[in-house]
Amino acid sequence: MSAQAMIAPGFSDPVFQSQAAFRALLAALSEPGTLQRVTGEIAPPEGLATATAIALLTLADYETPVWLPEALRNGPAGAWLRFHCAAALVDDPTEAAFAVLDGAAGEPKLSAFNLGTDQFPDRSTTVIVQITALEGGTALTLAGPGIPGTRAITPQGLRSGFVEGLRENGALYPLGIDVLLAQGDGLIGLPRSTQIEEAR
Amino acid sequence: MTIHQMPADDTKPAYNYAYLDEQTKRMIRRALLKAVAVPGYQVPFGSREMPLARGWGTGGIQITAAIIGPADTLKVIDQGADDTTNAVSIRKFFERTADARTCEATDEATIIQTRHRIPEAPLKSGQVMVYQVPMPEPLRRLEPREAETRKMHAWAEYGLMQVKLYEDIARYGEITKTYDYPVMVNGRYVMAPSPIPKFDNPKMHMSPALQLFGAGREKRIYALPPHTSVRSLDFEDHPFRIQSWTQPCGLCGAGDSYLDEVVIDDQGGRMFVCSDSHYCETRRAEGHRGTMLGDAAASGLVEEAAQ
Repeated sequence: MSAQAMIAPGFSDPVFQSQAAFRALLAALSEPGTLQRVTGEIAPPEGLATATAIALLTLADYETPVWLPEALRNGPAGAWLRFHCAAALVDDPTEAAFAVLDGAAGEPKLSAFNLGTDQFPDRSTTVIVQITALEGGTALTLAGPGIPGTRAITPQGLRSGFVEGLRENGALYPLGIDVLLAQGDGLIGLPRSTQIEEAR
Repeated sequence: MTIHQMPADDTKPAYNYAYLDEQTKRMIRRALLKAVAVPGYQVPFGSREMPLARGWGTGGIQITAAIIGPADTLKVIDQGADDTTNAVSIRKFFERTADARTCEATDEATIIQTRHRIPEAPLKSGQVMVYQVPMPEPLRRLEPREAETRKMHAWAEYGLMQVKLYEDIARYGEITKTYDYPVMVNGRYVMAPSPIPKFDNPKMHMSPALQLFGAGREKRIYALPPHTSVRSLDFEDHPFRIQSWTQPCGLCGAGDSYLDEVVIDDQGGRMFVCSDSHYCETRRAEGHRGTMLGDAAASGLVEEAAQ
């Protein structure tokens, strides 16, 4: 059977599963750097982490264009998103409300997505960056709204220069994209309001 | 007229959980996530018709409906009180549409929807405050055009607000705004804290709770993540000050809470009581007694704690 014909199921109980997932997402972005777990028994399509798939099921619909890397867009993940969320999959990163990115991939850069406008900073893209582990990697120190003092995170699998890109994004505040790091069923939020330093 | 739906014996109306449909909830949830990412910025959203009039807390209700789940305990206050019409109706609304567990104790609640007050008891990490906001735009009284206020926020052009506060000082010797006192959020956006008394403004600064603001009629959502800087606007030589009273609460004797003035007869008699009804009850249950508690208990207005 072809990949397109085998679309994995979405939420079995959409109302409560999406509510629980949203609270995890809200906690992730309102308390940047805290590790949030999304629970929901779903089998994500190939190429999407459980957390990525649940976040998109919770937030994406026909009003929100989604950008996926080309391999994912043309594979089962694309078909799965079209079917469950009815989301348009776009080629142009600046048109996307949500995007999924591999943390190790060089392109596109964070600045390629929609950064919002000075009068409507809320229209920026939310980028879900899939990485290899949320703990045990290079230490980053976070500060800003949602963080009492500073908070440390140790994500693994971000390409070199990615943190620099995040810092440039933060410098655009109040414009800029909002990032969610995702691996397995875990999420860490890095909204544009967070200042990021590489700890030494 | 044809009746399409016959009411059965025990059925509740077939609403979705928490009244709103899932597509509306997703739209509100997306707005909330952008609101916490840009603290103090007003995110436009597609406010829906609710089964109560705009101006009765539809913005707060829509936010609560989008976030509430089976694990939540909801407290609703109106001017600090749990037992006023607006609070009772909204609590009933969520009991009916979301089978919500409700409570009056501030420390038991996970979601506190409020009109015009922040509870006296300190908020905790993990709690969510939901404010009902009538007028989300702090600059609207100074500049009626949305296109202009949007530019003023975009360019952080807040001179007009400082001039307004200065004119108060020039005319009256002090800043006369006592509620909805404008604040600067995270050093970037001037925000209307909703019509809470300025007494409550310091509680917003670095609060451990997440604070969400919903304006249903004006179709705006904004937010303060926990531990966010919220500074009330002032001048070096006229620093921001909160209200104070010459006497403590007449019922519980609290000297640290926001007091309502209640006229009690036509001879000019008046008393001051806590506006936060749960705080006042908790203190009375702990044995604190105000000077007028005996009289009030004798006339059956309040219950006196057993000694």
